[in-house]
Amino acid sequence: MGSRVAVMEGRGLAVGYRGKQGKVVHRDLNFRLYSGELTCLLGANGAGKSTLLRTLSALQPPLGGELELLGRPVGSYSLKERSRLIGVVLTDKTQTGGLTVYELVALGRQPHTGFFGRLDAHDKDMIDYALQAAGISHKSDVYVAQLSDGERQKAMIARALVQECPLVLLDEPTAFLDVVSRIEIMALLRRLAVEENKAVLLSTHDVEQALVLSDRLWLLAGTCGLECGVTEDLILANRIDSLFKGQQNVRFDLMHGGFSPTVEGKKRICLEASDEVLRHWAQNALNRHGYFCLDSEQAAGLNLPFLDVQSSRQLLLVVGGAEFVCSSFENLFEVLAINSD
Amino acid sequence: MKADRSLIYGICLALCIAALMAANLLFGSVDIPAEAVWHILSGGEAEKAGWTYIVWESRFPQCVTALLCGAALSASGLMLQTVFNNPLADSSILGISSGASLGVALVVMAGGGAVGLGLSGFFSVVLGALVGAAAVLLLILFLSFLIRDSVMLLIAGIMIGYVVSSVISLLSFFSASDNVHSFVVWGLGNFGGVSLDQLPAFSCCVAAGLLIAVLLIKPLNALLLGTRYAENLGINVRRVRNLLLLSTGILTAVTTAFCGPIAFIGLAVPHIARLLLGTSNHNSLMPVTLLCGGALALFCNLVCVLPGSLGVIPLNAVTPVVGAPVIIYVIINRRKLQYFN
Repeated sequence: MGSRVAVMEGRGLAVGYRGKQGKVVHRDLNFRLYSGELTCLLGANGAGKSTLLRTLSALQPPLGGELELLGRPVGSYSLKERSRLIGVVLTDKTQTGGLTVYELVALGRQPHTGFFGRLDAHDKDMIDYALQAAGISHKSDVYVAQLSDGERQKAMIARALVQECPLVLLDEPTAFLDVVSRIEIMALLRRLAVEENKAVLLSTHDVEQALVLSDRLWLLAGTCGLECGVTEDLILANRIDSLFKGQQNVRFDLMHGGFSPTVEGKKRICLEASDEVLRHWAQNALNRHGYFCLDSEQAAGLNLPFLDVQSSRQLLLVVGGAEFVCSSFENLFEVLAINSD
Repeated sequence: MKADRSLIYGICLALCIAALMAANLLFGSVDIPAEAVWHILSGGEAEKAGWTYIVWESRFPQCVTALLCGAALSASGLMLQTVFNNPLADSSILGISSGASLGVALVVMAGGGAVGLGLSGFFSVVLGALVGAAAVLLLILFLSFLIRDSVMLLIAGIMIGYVVSSVISLLSFFSASDNVHSFVVWGLGNFGGVSLDQLPAFSCCVAAGLLIAVLLIKPLNALLLGTRYAENLGINVRRVRNLLLLSTGILTAVTTAFCGPIAFIGLAVPHIARLLLGTSNHNSLMPVTLLCGGALALFCNLVCVLPGSLGVIPLNAVTPVVGAPVIIYVIINRRKLQYFN
């Protein structure tokens, strides 16, 4: 990571809206965006992710503090210069259904073309390359209207790519996509960041994918501002929970890297399993039914029901002194329902 | 592939326009033999002095006016559809031609004379129309920031049109009946409103408006992505929008001042061009829209003189019959048309 460059840096940045009903959404934000890294911005709905992204992309002026792009204040660049430095993928509705994918991607060359937007050989090479890199070249002659949501997003990413900007900002590029497309898009963005040495920042609600693929996380919480760091540092410092501070019924599952509802059970059970997979899913099922799971050591002397998951087809349950051998989880919960009081 | 297709359509439309211009010169309320028309146009004198007068003072300017008006109205329709991100926008629907009409009404009724005598008359009428059109344009632009829903904006435009029309009605109620008559006749629409003397000035105004439109093809394409994306591509959105509205204002004002408020050409022609070309790309859409508009206006003008010696059908009785079915077709098929999605 020797050649790591801070493409964008914010010091004491305040973001929000001007005007009569304007308000400061966040103040005193400090961060750096590095080239060659994928950074994910996580935050609850209404935490101000879009506002922050629009400010970083200079579509909305900062309300205070400093925002530097490649060592110079963002405001000191002309519109034209900025268009070659910051590429964006937004959630805005476009009118591009009647363009082919190729034409849509070609729009991204506008900062580099002349007055009439004529494409020269280099522009065309860049477009072909971006279509290829985004994995959408097989659709280049297809109308944008005929694309699936995932393909449309890839086309928009290719469009941002041909702009040849060192910084690419994306506002929820994986929203509304199925899980395959979500993983594809995130993996694509991570690959582009590394291979093209770009700084890529995206906002997302997809915590699981972000934890897997993101080099750095930015956690934006309603009250405590922005927290930045390498993904694993933040996870292991238990910072992910701060995203939804004050939400009693959701907790971050440190083991599996996702959020899950907090267990609301008064019942307890002693759980043993022959391997980790069985233990995980048995616990999942029991939690859903309101059981806290303890292991044998914790349960010693408490006289709790006891479940030993030997395999998915053989579950040994001891409850109230009686022994049952269940053949499935369905069977298990039938027996539990009858025998619990 | 795409370029070839638009070139072929361009050539076909040019041939079409040539044929329609010939037909417009040959046919009219007065029967003039084809050889005589040819003879007159090549500089000779006809057997009847009246024929020379009819061809040079009526048919020729009418022909050129129809061509220019068609192109002007269509170009302004296309620009409004892109700027307001609304495929059903056009200067008559948004009330801009009503604004121009009010300007003309004020000049005509205050001046107490027939429309445009001499060059000063020409400019006062054009100025009146321009002020009226600009006022409504600014109002619509202001409303577009308040009303995000595009259909609601159209309805607001229609409301503005009604209010302006009622002001015109009030004006005519309080005016001398002679003026009202000339105003009512003007309101029926007629490409014969420009005399041979006024033709150069008229052509220059239209050419200026069209020139702006053609020079803004690149930013128009960027605007297909929406204003934020366009700004990210280095487009000064405010300046471009002002220029586009200026061009629309000039084109609407000049055509309305001389030919009356002509409906449906500006609305329908961009759709015809999109359906022909199968693209929203202004590189080919703008020129084909101009040619289509010219051809359609010449066709409508030809239909107007079909009754021969019985008289001339008002233009505004013809254009809706030609334009409305196109719009209804487009609305019915909007799910299948790429550019709507």
